Amino acid sequence: MELLKVENLSIELLPGKYQQAGRLLVKPVSFSIQAGEILALVGESGSGKSLTSLALMRLLPEALAIRSGRVQLAGTEVFDLTEAQMNSVRGRMAAMVFQEPQSSLNPVQTIEQQIGEVLRLHKGLSGAALREKIISLLHEVGINDAEQRLGWYPHQLSGGQKQRVVIAIALACEPQLLIADEPTTALDVTIQKQILELLNELRRKRQLAVLLITHDMGVVAQMADRVAVMRDGDIVEQAVAREFFAAPTHEYSRALIHSLPDRRHFLSAPAQSEPLLQLKDVRVWFARRKGILQRVVGHTKAVDGISLTIGRGETLALVGESGSGKSTAGRAILSLEPLAGGELYFAGKRIDQLSQRQFLPLRKRIQVIFQDPFSSMNPRMNVRDILAEGMIALKVEPDAEKREQRLQALLQRVGLEAAHLDRFPHEFSGGQRQRLAIARAIAVEPELIICDEPTSALDVSIRGQVLQLLQELQQEMGLSYLFITHDLSIIPHLAHRVAVMKDGVIVEQGDTGQIMTAPQHDYTRSLLASVPVSPV
Amino acid sequence: MNELVSVMNELLSIKPVVLWSDVLIYSLVVSLGLFFYQLSKNPLARQRWRAVFHSRAGVASFIVILFYLLIALLDSLHYREPLEKTAGSDEVHYSQEVRSVLDVVLTELRNKDEKTYSAPFAIYSFAKENMQTEDGVVYRDFPRLANAGQHLADEADHGMDIFVRSMKALLVAAFISAVIIGLHMAWRHRQQHGKALIAQQTLPWGTIYLTLSALVVTCCWVLELSKEYHILGTDKVGQDVLYWSIKAIRTGVLIGTLATLLTLPLAIVLGISAGYFRGWVDDVVQYIYTTLSSVPGILLIAVSVLLIDVYIETHPEKFNLVAIRADFKFLALCFILGMTSWTGLCRLLRAETLKVSQLDYVQAAHAFGVGHNRIIYRHILPNITHIILIALVLDFSVFVLAEAVLSYIGVGVDPSMASWGNMINEARSELSRDPVVWWSVAAAFVLMFVLVLAANLFSDRVRDAFDPRSA
Repeated sequence: MELLKVENLSIELLPGKYQQAGRLLVKPVSFSIQAGEILALVGESGSGKSLTSLALMRLLPEALAIRSGRVQLAGTEVFDLTEAQMNSVRGRMAAMVFQEPQSSLNPVQTIEQQIGEVLRLHKGLSGAALREKIISLLHEVGINDAEQRLGWYPHQLSGGQKQRVVIAIALACEPQLLIADEPTTALDVTIQKQILELLNELRRKRQLAVLLITHDMGVVAQMADRVAVMRDGDIVEQAVAREFFAAPTHEYSRALIHSLPDRRHFLSAPAQSEPLLQLKDVRVWFARRKGILQRVVGHTKAVDGISLTIGRGETLALVGESGSGKSTAGRAILSLEPLAGGELYFAGKRIDQLSQRQFLPLRKRIQVIFQDPFSSMNPRMNVRDILAEGMIALKVEPDAEKREQRLQALLQRVGLEAAHLDRFPHEFSGGQRQRLAIARAIAVEPELIICDEPTSALDVSIRGQVLQLLQELQQEMGLSYLFITHDLSIIPHLAHRVAVMKDGVIVEQGDTGQIMTAPQHDYTRSLLASVPVSPV
Repeated sequence: MNELVSVMNELLSIKPVVLWSDVLIYSLVVSLGLFFYQLSKNPLARQRWRAVFHSRAGVASFIVILFYLLIALLDSLHYREPLEKTAGSDEVHYSQEVRSVLDVVLTELRNKDEKTYSAPFAIYSFAKENMQTEDGVVYRDFPRLANAGQHLADEADHGMDIFVRSMKALLVAAFISAVIIGLHMAWRHRQQHGKALIAQQTLPWGTIYLTLSALVVTCCWVLELSKEYHILGTDKVGQDVLYWSIKAIRTGVLIGTLATLLTLPLAIVLGISAGYFRGWVDDVVQYIYTTLSSVPGILLIAVSVLLIDVYIETHPEKFNLVAIRADFKFLALCFILGMTSWTGLCRLLRAETLKVSQLDYVQAAHAFGVGHNRIIYRHILPNITHIILIALVLDFSVFVLAEAVLSYIGVGVDPSMASWGNMINEARSELSRDPVVWWSVAAAFVLMFVLVLAANLFSDRVRDAFDPRSA
């Protein structure tokens, strides 16, 4: 028996101020899910997968409308219901879990109030029965000491626990269909694994039908019974998971599967090169201040004594989960954070005691690429000004005419066009922006680039291109990279060596092959174990 | 020819008076001109402003604002007329009354005082008076107004006369508009022959013509009808309300712009330094604005205004004219309003700067070794200008309204100065009268409303064009 049946659903963008005709965002798509089954809807950002799920619940934003098709949920025609009837469908028959648990929960209400609200509304529970139900739900989603945590506020919970609470709220009214929209994208890998296991367990116990929306093929491989691949608003392939991974029919599916980490081929370390950057027992502490006089009462030890070496032409991946201090370490190397202790050497010279003025010549040699290509460029400046800023500030090319030629050459080198110089950042896609960020960094001919999660905001297919570009540049210019990432899957393609960071200290470092195949530390092992891998 | 000579003589005999606020308003206009000249060099800024002027609401409100500004400018050219020479003295004495060019334009309105209130378009006074018939019988009735409807042979013609005059004004206005628009269209036509392509992306001329025609019609109608009537009635001492509400435009425009411009440097400099440098700079700035905003603003303003009153009283030799005294008091008020109102904007800018300075592009600039000044100027300031622009216009309206409130408690502009606040304040008690004397308040309200609305619409378009998120 099919629980959810979608036939020829299409969604259009209504004609508005800036366009005359409506535009089809989701072409007619059909799929179905049975009770107790997980259907993974896979695609990159903008492919229409989230829109499809919102349309199922009739929650599309105002500018969009459902153009055609029908949706049957447990025998009911969803599009025939009135808005009031629809309200009882939402929550009671179908529930949703979103990507960001932080913004899904109300920060000023306790978790008891938030779970209780749904139960009171849809089930009319109150008093002791309500509390008992809440506790049993919290137990079900794996929150320990549920009785004590009833009165907690969202900020007292960790990211994973918050997502568990969100799932508890979704399950509160015992829906038959759960729509999970990128439920683990905002979480660290180890937590992601736990949440996925929880979802799996719940659907088995409750015979839930799950529509799992994700861009991560690893998650699909681990969870899905069936897979539907979406691209440009169309489902290009639909198959049972095992067959899908064994023999994908569509070219795009093959590209997606190919993006899964390959654990067999590693970059070998380049021939022993001279160390370019050396960190010796580096510490970055943030003072905690209290009282009217802002006295220092203690320190948050973001980075607590790390030692690293990066050779010329070498890539060191600094791996860790959020909050492990890896980005702070990067900022400390750039002298954007003061050191609390330790020594920094660049090309044999000690650099941690330099003043900002003395550090200036080094700015040319150490550059940075940030994670979010949307916030890393001033929206008010055009590409020419953005790229030229560093060249002017560091006096790399004072002659305006020659600079212009260099800028054009740079854009072409990173795969853009010279004519793009007069455009503004918002006219580019995420991948193109990241290329611009790379062009900006290499414009001053640095020797070391600190890449702070440069690909984590990008789609899988674009991620590969950007990493490819970085590698080409490394070979051409002999660059060294400090590659800060939480994504273990890109490491084999990219890094010569790996350092694993946890709670401000490095727990393990070594050659990529060794770390990926024979990790010594427990934490590294658990990290590796939580990375979803291809079944083939 | 003789007439021309006499006019020339008259022009030469007057004595120009330059008030400080005149200097300020003209330097403001000059700096605005320079600002737009600078903008025309920057292709990006030009493109954005073009977007503003290509929107119909934007261009229409801009024309209205320009019209207000024109009136304010005309009203800022002051002079004193020479008095009749006294016998036996060759020395020329000048009138104590300071006039402006606008007064010349509105001579008809200025010289037509009545005894007391009269309703708009009325030919009878609003208050009864004792009068005598020819045979000496005293009776009490509404007297005819001295300067309204005197030309009417028959009172029954009153309505018809207004209608005929309106039509006449309309015809004249239509003719003037047609000439202006016709000439301009012909000029445009000739221009387009050369560059046919540019015509594609042109200003919304239809809206511009319409706004201009509306203004021409209003002006013609007002000038024509004010010859024989008090269009907006008269006030308590019989002065024409229309004249005073037009004179108040200068006060409104000036207090709005000057006070706003005074808040800007403080708010921008302190707000950005607090948000950007943080640490002790932030502490100091926060301390200052918390202290300042915990003192009631009205109290601070009242105290400062009283201090200025005392200063004027103790230095009579510096303020030998009423106009100079009023002007000094007015500027002081602008200054005080500005000094006490920057905290809100400062707080907003500090918060926004805190946010912007943590963004990656500012971090990237740090990594390039770009200096603080340049980072603030290139990266921070452009990304908070939309807040400044919005605050500018909101503050403008707030100050125009604040002036009214301050006049109410008696610490506003000098009573001798025309201002909407003073008009509302004087008409306040008359609102409880029956029948109501509504025209003073209505006149002030309408003129204030049009100005504030135009400013708000214009700022909306500016923000739309400059906000990077809407692009």
